[in-house]
Parts: sequence; C-alpha cells; structure tokens
Amino acid sequence: MIRSSRLWSWIAFALGAAYFLLPLAGMFEFSLRARRGEYSFQAYQNVLGDPQFLATFGYSVLMAGFTIVLGVLIVAPTAFWVRLKLPGLRPVIEFVTLLPLVIPPIVIVFGYIRLYNTSSWLPMTGSALGTDILLMCGYATLSLPYMYRAVDTGLRTIDIRTLTEAAQSLGAGWITILGRLILPNVFVAVMSGAFLTFAIVIGEYVFAALLNRPAFGPYMVWMGSNKAYEPAALAVIAFSITWACMALIQLATRFQKFTKASR
Amino acid sequence: MTDLSLAHAKPDAPRRAPLRLPLVWLGVLPFAIFALLFLVWPTLHIVLGAFQTPEGGFTLRNLAGLMAPQIVGAFWISIKVSVMTAALGCVIGFVLAAAVTRGGLPAGLRDTMLTFSGVASNFAGVPLAFAFIATLGRLGLVTVLLRDWFGINLYATGFNLISFAGLTLVYLYFQIPLMILIITPALDGLKREWREAATSLGASGVQYWRMVALPVLWPSFLGTFALLFANAFGAVATAMALTGSSLSIVPIILFAQIRGDVLQDPHLGYAIAFGMIVLTGIANLVYIVLRTRAERWLK
Repeated sequence: MIRSSRLWSWIAFALGAAYFLLPLAGMFEFSLRARRGEYSFQAYQNVLGDPQFLATFGYSVLMAGFTIVLGVLIVAPTAFWVRLKLPGLRPVIEFVTLLPLVIPPIVIVFGYIRLYNTSSWLPMTGSALGTDILLMCGYATLSLPYMYRAVDTGLRTIDIRTLTEAAQSLGAGWITILGRLILPNVFVAVMSGAFLTFAIVIGEYVFAALLNRPAFGPYMVWMGSNKAYEPAALAVIAFSITWACMALIQLATRFQKFTKASR
Repeated sequence: MTDLSLAHAKPDAPRRAPLRLPLVWLGVLPFAIFALLFLVWPTLHIVLGAFQTPEGGFTLRNLAGLMAPQIVGAFWISIKVSVMTAALGCVIGFVLAAAVTRGGLPAGLRDTMLTFSGVASNFAGVPLAFAFIATLGRLGLVTVLLRDWFGINLYATGFNLISFAGLTLVYLYFQIPLMILIITPALDGLKREWREAATSLGASGVQYWRMVALPVLWPSFLGTFALLFANAFGAVATAMALTGSSLSIVPIILFAQIRGDVLQDPHLGYAIAFGMIVLTGIANLVYIVLRTRAERWLK
C-alpha cells in the first residue's frame, strides 16, 4: 500500500515537473536558434544591443525603484500607526489593501484614464511627467497587497509599543521613530515586499500600454509580434529576473530567522 | 475593538480630548488619500459610469448593451477559461502538493517545489506566453521533437496554441503553483492523529481521504477555486501576447475598447468593466468566506 502510493507520488511529481520544466527548456532552446543550423547567443546579442531594450528596461527599473519608495512611504507609516494607535481600523485597512487583487488591473487603469485625462480636474495624462507619476501610483496600487502584508508581518515580530515609548521617553519625534527605529527593524520584511514589487513592475503590461509609456512590458509585446527568436531571449531574461527576486526574498527571510535566533 | 479603545482613551479625555482624536486619525490620512485617489475613486467612477448616459443621467441601457452577442460570447469564453483553469489548477495542484507533502517523497523536493511555485505563480504575463510559443508553437521545441522523433504532427491533430485549449494550458502554468502555495499549509494542518484514529478504526487509505481529509480540506479547496477563477478572469497580458487579439476574451475586448473605442460607445466600456468587477468580486467574496471557515481546522 505504502509502496504503491509512493510510486503514484513519483509519477505525479514527474508529470508535474515535465509540465513546468518543458516550457522553460523550450524557451531557452528557442532563444538559441537565431543563427540557422547552430546554437548561438545571437538573439541575446540582438536584444542587448537594441537601444529600445536598454531604454525600456531602464525605464521600468527606474519606475520599479520609485514605486518601491512610494510604496514603503505609504505602507510603513500606516501599518505602524494602525498597529500602535488604531487597532480597530486594521480590518478596514487590510480590506482596502486586498482590493487590487479583487478589481482587475485593467479596470483600475480604465478609471485612471477617465478620471485623470486632459479635460479633467487633475489632467495627469496631459504631460509625460504627469503620466509617469500616475503610472507609478498605479504600480504602487498593484503592489499594495504584497507590500502591506510584508510590512505588517514584519511589524508583528517586534514590540512596537515598547520601542516607541522608549524612543519617545528619549525625546525622539515621529520621523525619527519611523526612520531610525521602526524601518531598520522591519527592513528585511520591507525588502521582501520590495523584491516582489520589482518583479511585478518589470513585467507589467496593461498599465504601461494603456497609459502609453515606454516600459519593458509593451516592448516585449512589440518584440513578440515583430521578431522570431528575440522574444524567447526576452522571456529567459524576464524569468531570470523573477527567479532572482524570489531568491532574494528567500535569502532575506532566512537572514531574518538568523538574526532572530541570535538575539 | 473600537469600543475598547474608546473606553481606554476615556480617563485622560478631559485633558486632551479636543486635540487627540483628530490627530490620531491624521496618521492614516496619507494612506486614505492615496487609496481614495488611485484605487477607490477610479473604480467607483467606472461602476457609476456603467449606470450613466453620456450626459450624466441614470440609465440601464449600458448594461443592456452587455447582451450584444459579441459581448456575451466574450464573457462566456472568459468564464469557461477561468472555470476550466481554476478547476484543473485546483485538482492538479492538490495532487502535486499531496504527493510531495504526504506521498513519502524526499523532504528536499517539498522545499524545491514550494520555491519553484513562488517563482512560477509570478511568472505570468508576456514572457509566459513567449515560453509556450517557443515550446508548443508551430516551431516550438516539443512540436519539433514530436515530429522528428515520433513522427507526430501536433498541428495536424487539430491542436492550436492560440485557442481555448491552448490558453487553458498556458494559464495552468500560474494557476497550479498558486494552488500549491495555498493548499500546502492546509495539508500540513491535517493532523497525524486523525489518520491514526481513522486507521485504528479500520479505515483504508481511500476511506481516510474521502471521509476525513477531504471534508476538512473542502473549504480551502472551494475558496482557492474562487481565487483562481478571479486570477484567470482578470489576466490580460498573457492572452494578449499569446493570441494578439484573435481570441475574444473579456479583458481583451475591454483593452481594445479603451484603446480605440471600437464599440463606438464609451459607456459600454464602463458596463464591461462593471461586469468584470462583479464576477471577480463574487469570486473573492466566496474565497474570503470559505477561507475563514477553512482556518478553523488549521489551529
């Protein structure tokens, strides 16, 4: 009985592994086919040498950076304040932060376009800078569920009440408390939220496409309809980035466990 | 909770009351403004727009516009794809998670699978479509290998990646890992004692699963189904990169509508978006209700 169930487990695992690994193998193999008759990294050279790639990728990395900063600035003080002073408000805040998982992103961006178009009270889409800010806010909204949960989990592990009172009795103001006490203590949690945000922003397509910004997602789609082998190379690059972000999150949580154990 | 904190604040209320309450609420103001401007208001604007004429009066005509055959068809395909990928994702994800956590496989596989699931559930969108085109497209790795090694011409059998079946196959790539990530803690919550008790009462392995484990897991199961449904329903980029716009699922129709007003009626766009919110909203409500029920057993 036990032996046969183990056999079935192996079979299920092998089939699952085949389904999940074959597309990765396929994408890698395909990305090497750019030169007829031999495997080469030609597609990667083409992609990396394309000024459009550098421009869009750089734009998305920059946007990811700003999004992370904005996300932390909004989420960290709120999560801290709610835990410290308004615990009754926590379910409400939690509900709001989960909304971006409920409302499809395409609906949110549709709302942006209608609310903040050139003929509205706040014409953010009127200029490139305004649209960039709108896009950044949109990305911060998309990453809200992940960022909030990460920071809130981090706050749970420290005794913010005691820390805050200690700091206050030493004469620290709120900015000092947040910047020099709370943030360093939940830094690891913030980092895992940040890496997830990074992975989301780099691959995002709908927001950038509908707001007409030159981000990496629309570039990938453009490549997909115009080139044969380069899209596979882009997919390999994007997969490596996702993988790296997840690895960094794992590393961060492991680091957190380590520091906690040694305390 | 609110009552408690109010009662707590009462003792020093006479001294600080005038200043204290507003200042405390000031702390969540930045978040509230942000959420209002970039999440709540845009969504409300769409929802209200679905019930408005271009001049601003109340109407149900936009919603009636959803009954156009093209739109009904799109909703129908979207719902079919979402139900299909959610159901298959649940079952396959469950089997894989059960195999690794309960099937006597080496413990190392468990961590590997969970880490990989974390990556794969986030590897959606455009690159995922490219990976499948490179694998099962007309010149893809598997297509070519099947042809060269086994003499099977995949595309002669009627298979097409740009189709309902193809889209299902691709969506499963992020649906199954999500199920694995959610169901593994639930599987860990199955207590060893339950199994021992069932066995000592003479239950077979199948009976244990059918009469003990599955009823306990059922709420997590259904709840995750609802989450996966919403997850597939809102996905745009994957389908877009895979099919261009040849497969008319709801998000693609809405995308085209926002881009160029192809339906010649902007307020129909509001109605389509409203329909999407209603469906994903119901799905998530089901998920939240069932998750609270499921968590009872995990304590």
